[in-house]
Amino acid sequence: MTAASTSVDRAAAATGRRGWGWSRIVLHVIVISLMLLWVVPTLGLFVNSFRPASDVAQSGWWNALFPPWDFTLDNYSRVIAANDLGDAFINSLFITIPSTVIPVMVAAFAAYAFAWMNFPFKNAIFVAIVGLLVIPLQSTLIPVLRLLAGAGIAGEFLAVWLAHTGYGLPFAVYLLRNYMGSLPREVFESAAIDGANPATAFFRLALPMSVPVIASLAIFQFLFVWNDLLVALIYIGPTDPENLPMTVRVASLVSSLGGETHFLTAAAFLTMILPLVVFLGLQRYFVRGITGGAVKG
Amino acid sequence: MRYLSWRKLLAVVGVIVLAAAACSPTDGGDEAKEVTVVGSWGGSEQDSFLAMVKPWEEKTGNTVKYTGSRGLGAYLTTAVASGTLPDLAGLPGPGEMAQFARGGSLKPLDDVLDLATYRADTVPALVDLGTVDDKIAGVFIKLSVKGFIWYNTANYSGEAPANWDGVMATDSGDADSLFCVGLESGADSGWPGTDWIEDFLIRQSGPDVYDSWVAGETKWTDPAVKAAFEAFGDVLDNSFGGTAYVNSTNFGDGGNELFTDPPGCLFHHQASFISDFFKKQGGAADGDFDFFVMPEINPDYAGALTGGGDLFGLFSDKAAAKDLLKYLVTADAQQVWADRGGFVSANTKVTTYPNAVEQKSADAIHDATVFRFDGGDLMPATMKAAFFTAMVEFAENPGDLDAILAGLDEVQATAYEAQ
Amino acid sequence: MQNDLVTAAIVVIGVPAVLVGYILLTERLIQALPEQRQGRIRPWFWIAPALAFLIVFLIYPTINTFVLSFLDGQSKNFVGFDNYLWFIGDRGTIEALRNSVLWVVFMTAGVVGLGLLIAILVDRVRYEPVAKSVIFVPLAISFVAAGVIWQFMYQYQDPSRPQTGTLNALIGIVGLGPIRWTQEQPINNFSLIFIGIWMWTGFAMVILSAGLKGISAELLEAARVDGANEWQVFRGIIFPLLLPTIFVVATTIVITALKSFDIVFTVTNGNFGTDVIAREMWQQMFTPPGNFGRASAVAIVLLLAIVPFMAVNIRRFREQEAIR
Repeated sequence: MTAASTSVDRAAAATGRRGWGWSRIVLHVIVISLMLLWVVPTLGLFVNSFRPASDVAQSGWWNALFPPWDFTLDNYSRVIAANDLGDAFINSLFITIPSTVIPVMVAAFAAYAFAWMNFPFKNAIFVAIVGLLVIPLQSTLIPVLRLLAGAGIAGEFLAVWLAHTGYGLPFAVYLLRNYMGSLPREVFESAAIDGANPATAFFRLALPMSVPVIASLAIFQFLFVWNDLLVALIYIGPTDPENLPMTVRVASLVSSLGGETHFLTAAAFLTMILPLVVFLGLQRYFVRGITGGAVKG
Repeated sequence: MRYLSWRKLLAVVGVIVLAAAACSPTDGGDEAKEVTVVGSWGGSEQDSFLAMVKPWEEKTGNTVKYTGSRGLGAYLTTAVASGTLPDLAGLPGPGEMAQFARGGSLKPLDDVLDLATYRADTVPALVDLGTVDDKIAGVFIKLSVKGFIWYNTANYSGEAPANWDGVMATDSGDADSLFCVGLESGADSGWPGTDWIEDFLIRQSGPDVYDSWVAGETKWTDPAVKAAFEAFGDVLDNSFGGTAYVNSTNFGDGGNELFTDPPGCLFHHQASFISDFFKKQGGAADGDFDFFVMPEINPDYAGALTGGGDLFGLFSDKAAAKDLLKYLVTADAQQVWADRGGFVSANTKVTTYPNAVEQKSADAIHDATVFRFDGGDLMPATMKAAFFTAMVEFAENPGDLDAILAGLDEVQATAYEAQ
Repeated sequence: MQNDLVTAAIVVIGVPAVLVGYILLTERLIQALPEQRQGRIRPWFWIAPALAFLIVFLIYPTINTFVLSFLDGQSKNFVGFDNYLWFIGDRGTIEALRNSVLWVVFMTAGVVGLGLLIAILVDRVRYEPVAKSVIFVPLAISFVAAGVIWQFMYQYQDPSRPQTGTLNALIGIVGLGPIRWTQEQPINNFSLIFIGIWMWTGFAMVILSAGLKGISAELLEAARVDGANEWQVFRGIIFPLLLPTIFVVATTIVITALKSFDIVFTVTNGNFGTDVIAREMWQQMFTPPGNFGRASAVAIVLLLAIVPFMAVNIRRFREQEAIR
């Protein structure tokens, strides 16, 4: 911990986090106004999630901040009482964790090879992988569902783990290869001289030095999967609805005609808690100096 | 990252293989008794549907696994194309039902249902609508009756004018305008306008023209169809907030202006289900509102009524799934949902409803001399999508009517080929 | 419950162990080979898992899509280039193309520009974690909820009524509006694009910030000690070192903007002149019974549209390899 805090102090000194002056004030004004711009829409949703639906339809969210206050927890209690929400939460975890771990690791292997090994067609293969980013998910649904059903795993968690891995890989490989490719060559050369094989160099050097980028990648993959509705609905839905994640349950709080959307306001915050905790938890990997420390260690 | 030793690694892999082996057989066991159902019902509808199947579950010991999804079209297109289907599913509309039935993924229900009772108990027009090539392919469970003119009981006496001219001539009193119209509905924006057109067309030109228009035989530029659009244009001219309000107001909030003080409008044209929105979004209570059925225009076609409904079909040969479908169409089953409210039954033996508005809705459908299904829902999906968009365009620029109708004719020329 | 525990064990221990085990195991196998062949074979083992996933979940469906684009709606008959000709000849295509270009240009500029600005600015304040979390929140919100959020922002009420939309209430204070943000042209396209910017800026910020933290503190310190001002530090050190990362983010956002259809789909459904190409594809595919031929043709057009970006990427990676 002390090592981390000293590196933070050093970073603070390096970037001049301390002190006041005109430029500092301008800095704060810009940062805080951007924060406001970003937070106001969500704040509106947050306030409305505590208001009865008829109030929401008739007056803006800011009206609720003035008396007479008419807040209610009804929206939240309705969401929490929804059918099988607890099970769906566990399902979401079971779906999301491997769907994050597998693509990040598989992509790290591939990115390391693309960055630090030589083989024929390397760039062509790599660019083809990145190009796959543009494939719209929808155009893969039918052929992939046929494959999964043929393999007998449609409806199982395994089906979505594999699918999310496939869908997440192009970006993951792209991001990691870019980062790993910028690591200093000397580090790997001296490791090779010391007799470390590529697996050792990967686990001992490349991975630890890439922690910030792996942390950000993990966050995004986690979020995409956590908030995914389509992939889960299509690959799990028809065969084994017991395995469906929270997103599908939450979406079905809305009536077929689009009524009762006010429950979505509360559901949005309940489903957001975990991703935010993950983000805050991984924040400590975004601190300056962690890469340098790993190199020296 | 620390190195794993060979032995540890083998141990871990062994555990996983064992675990996988241990968990796979437990999946197969009681699957035969589970029936998977996918439908568009969510929220309180989903609760009511589950309450409706509960007696069946208790009687048979089977379980219903229900998934609600509003993207039913996308879901079923994928499911049918890949052959991975739920046992029972709601169907987006009669057009899609026919496609799925002819493609062989929907199972015919003639041997599944108790045909004599089903025919005797169900609104006849709906039996016909669920039939494809002389075989029953889909059943209706939940209906909505269209063409109701809603009003606030505090602002209007409740007497239904004798004909449409009478409605248009009504003094709006304290209200700003005669009507409120809200067409916004996300990806389905415009549909409330299509209900208006259908209600005008069937009352102005009768069921025969209506049927041939739905079937793609009468052109959109036909004077009969144009007259319906023009009548809706008159409504828009007398509606609260004008074009800007009409296109930016969600249909669910469309009736809110009935209950403001001073009221924005006197009347709101919408299907039977809207009462739920009045209560949840408009701040109204039971008794604050009532409706009369949109009156006749051409006396020859008096008593014509339109409506919509949620179709259900069978995709599996499982005995339990067939049994569930057979149960769902019975009066006993549908009475459960009717008692919970927000429901108009397709089964005429369901006679008691928890409130006057729902009772009147059910009576209206039973009293109708001519009943026609929602025209947009009967058209091919591409035609329906163009119809929705056209309503938004018409509300935005009523002067472009001829161009809009000509555009619809272009879509009509190809949309029916795929059927 | 028993089942859940087994699943949990697989999830937490099994999956990572299999992956790490794969590399260690193959490395052992490779070590058994003669030294010369090791280097040639090794990379394929390292990229094999990724390739396998990509072939099954993206490459095979893409080939499938390519084939379907030459078949009719129900994939029964060969129709040659009919689907492509339909795309070129369709009335809405020009408008959709124009809007897709607007999305690519403005969303990419907005997301990358703001993401970079925020990443650099928050690096200098003590409340950095709070600031970053605030910008990050939209990413954590499910898409359905984001739709509701922006409805509260853009809502329009009749001028005779109190405005319930945040923006119209705000401009109402100074006597303007109300404006139909999602319906009046040309502002509506920008209203929709801003939703995209709001959702994705956190993405750019996180990645760029991670890249920024990778720049050695000593280097920056040294420059400042040498008397460089902040702008010079940015121009001379931060920007060049961050450029590869900016490039990755920009490419990703270009592709995201090109594929983005859900905002348009749920807010306007392409009405009021807001249609984009990706929504057209969704519509063709999922309007029952689905016109898979046309939908596939649009998907292939999207794929072709990014070829220039990929070409630039190849060049950049060659440069990176040449200089390190």
